[in-house]
Amino acid sequence: MTGFMLKTAAAMALAMTAATPAQAQPADAAAIVRKMHQAFFYQGESFKARVKMTLTGASGKERLRELTMLRLNTGPGGPSARPDEAVRSGLSMPKNGDQRYFMYFHSPGDVRRMAFLVYKYAAREDDRWLFIPALNLVQRIAAKDSQSSFAGSDFSYEDVSGRDLEADEHKLLREEELGGKPCHVIESVPRGSASYKRKTSWVDKANFLPLKEEYYDVQDQLFKEFLAEEVKDVDGAPTVTKRSMKSVKSGHKTVVEFSDVRYRLGLRAEELSERALRNPPGSWLK
Amino acid sequence: MGGAAILAILFLAPGRSVLAGGMEWHGGVQVNYASRLGTTRQDKPPSGDFLLGEERLQLQSSGAAPKGGAGYFAKADIFHDEVDNQGDVDVREAYLSYAEGPWDIRVGRQIHTWGVGDLLFINDLFPKNYVALFSGRPLEYLKTGAGSLKTSLYSDRMSLDIVALPLFEPDQIPTSRRFFVFDPFSGVTDRTESRPRHDLGNAEFAARLYRPILGFDAALYAYRGFYRTPSMEPDSMTAPTKVTMVYPRLSAYGASLQGNTGGGVLSFEAGVQDSRQDRAGSDPVLPNSQTRFLAGYQRSPWTDFTAGLQYYGEYMHRYDRYAASLPAGFPKQDRLRQLLTLRLTQLLKYQTWRLSLFSFWSPTDDDFYIIPEAAWRMTDELTATVGANVFAGARNTTAFGQLDKNDNLYLSARYEF
Repeated sequence: MTGFMLKTAAAMALAMTAATPAQAQPADAAAIVRKMHQAFFYQGESFKARVKMTLTGASGKERLRELTMLRLNTGPGGPSARPDEAVRSGLSMPKNGDQRYFMYFHSPGDVRRMAFLVYKYAAREDDRWLFIPALNLVQRIAAKDSQSSFAGSDFSYEDVSGRDLEADEHKLLREEELGGKPCHVIESVPRGSASYKRKTSWVDKANFLPLKEEYYDVQDQLFKEFLAEEVKDVDGAPTVTKRSMKSVKSGHKTVVEFSDVRYRLGLRAEELSERALRNPPGSWLK
Repeated sequence: MGGAAILAILFLAPGRSVLAGGMEWHGGVQVNYASRLGTTRQDKPPSGDFLLGEERLQLQSSGAAPKGGAGYFAKADIFHDEVDNQGDVDVREAYLSYAEGPWDIRVGRQIHTWGVGDLLFINDLFPKNYVALFSGRPLEYLKTGAGSLKTSLYSDRMSLDIVALPLFEPDQIPTSRRFFVFDPFSGVTDRTESRPRHDLGNAEFAARLYRPILGFDAALYAYRGFYRTPSMEPDSMTAPTKVTMVYPRLSAYGASLQGNTGGGVLSFEAGVQDSRQDRAGSDPVLPNSQTRFLAGYQRSPWTDFTAGLQYYGEYMHRYDRYAASLPAGFPKQDRLRQLLTLRLTQLLKYQTWRLSLFSFWSPTDDDFYIIPEAAWRMTDELTATVGANVFAGARNTTAFGQLDKNDNLYLSARYEF
């Protein structure tokens, strides 16, 4: 059985290589979105950044969240793959898209030293654990609602770790420039229930990063807007180092800035575990 | 207050430069009040209507060696208790840690928590402060630190925690100083407490072996030590003149399982409590051996809302002997005590408001305990909380029924820096 699956995967890989040579423009919207996910959520086998979130209310009042985020692609195509070449050829996304995320909060005070661990599975519900330091408690939390706000921000869990590719129907609307950059403009319509009725994304043709996304509600009104405000090259990987999400109707906005970004940390999947929650290695948090 | 001064010096004196970079200082100021609701009666406890009235300054310091591996953490509260009109220092945690390869060692005063129950503890037999819970202090005060040595061994297949607690620490339970509580020997004023001596032979041990099984978190637990809730031992059952509070010997074994099912989190936990000084179950003063179990389910049906339900049971092993040995006039427990708990939490306005409700209801004891609470995070630093503890029951001898006259409204505000 395993042998058969390996052969099938190899055959599929060959087929995909043949179908999408490195410089070709994929005409198929789903393939563009796949590449976008690859560049945005799966870049490198692992990733670490210091994350600063600035939440601004309509009145201008600011709140800050500072955390360290680690991400590791697991499953086939994970740590053992060679991401650079694989990304360029559109191949490195693990077949099952499984990932592990670890987040450690530095501030504000009421969440300081809290840590959050997510095992993200493409095929089933995520596993999520929260560590509450004052009680030395590791608590499993219900993961059903991926639309819930992440740490009180305008970003949802889904916006942080990516939405299942198959959950939406993708259509290539047009090709146009955004801020001088040629983009694919993609419309995504959820197949099931979602917080939005449709989403329009501007995907940079050069590096497949989403530069802008507009979310429309059931009344077909714009309610949420994503902007990639700064893109930097980190270890040869184009990385969105500053992004924002604005809730159009409430005027609430979240700006997320990444610093100390690193790829390919040489992590093992087992390291993102309960031990990390209770006693994270100091080297992760520097 | 001499202690407080020393502590303040310890915290403030060492130059930051000594361990600059690897050292962090934080803390907070907290005010917390709880007042009894309703009945103002003549026979009030000495604290009057106030179950709680205090101001706290918390200082936290943590550090890690530059090359990793070693670290420390300390957290202490300097507080003034308005009800007793006295100040003191509460060292919540103070420990050193060291990690090497698959090993972690942590020694000092530390808080231990495990098991899958929500405010229900079966295999977590570490010290707790129920007075804090019943009088509206923040949840972190439910757990008390204990001087202990914790060793953890991690591997990809399974992991093991072993905790040694050489210095016995009892649970804090409501007493007649501040609470109306049921006391079967209420006429006896001569009281002493006999805690297990701080002998090495009395050291307690707790262990947990855990690993994932088919996507579930599975764990086995063992404990050998003492009951932390005292038993009342009278010098004579028929005409008592003196009551001694004793902490009988206890061993416990259990298991838990927790994982995702049907869009929510499903939990199971069970444990056997072996009352080593009364295995026959015929001593009316000492606890009977029990099997405890719970099943829980938690899910999030809509954005920022979570609901959790738990069923919990305590089954007495030698009920016939317990019933036969119980002196006339003493309240008799059921063979199986059952509890249902419900937790509802709604977050609002970008999670700056949290409305929550926790309720215990026992169909067998015919009593309940409800905690409604609203918390408002005004800024990143300042949070205000208002809530209530409401107890009621058909009889004043059951766990929550005895607290009937202690319904209270609590208020707390905390500034973190």
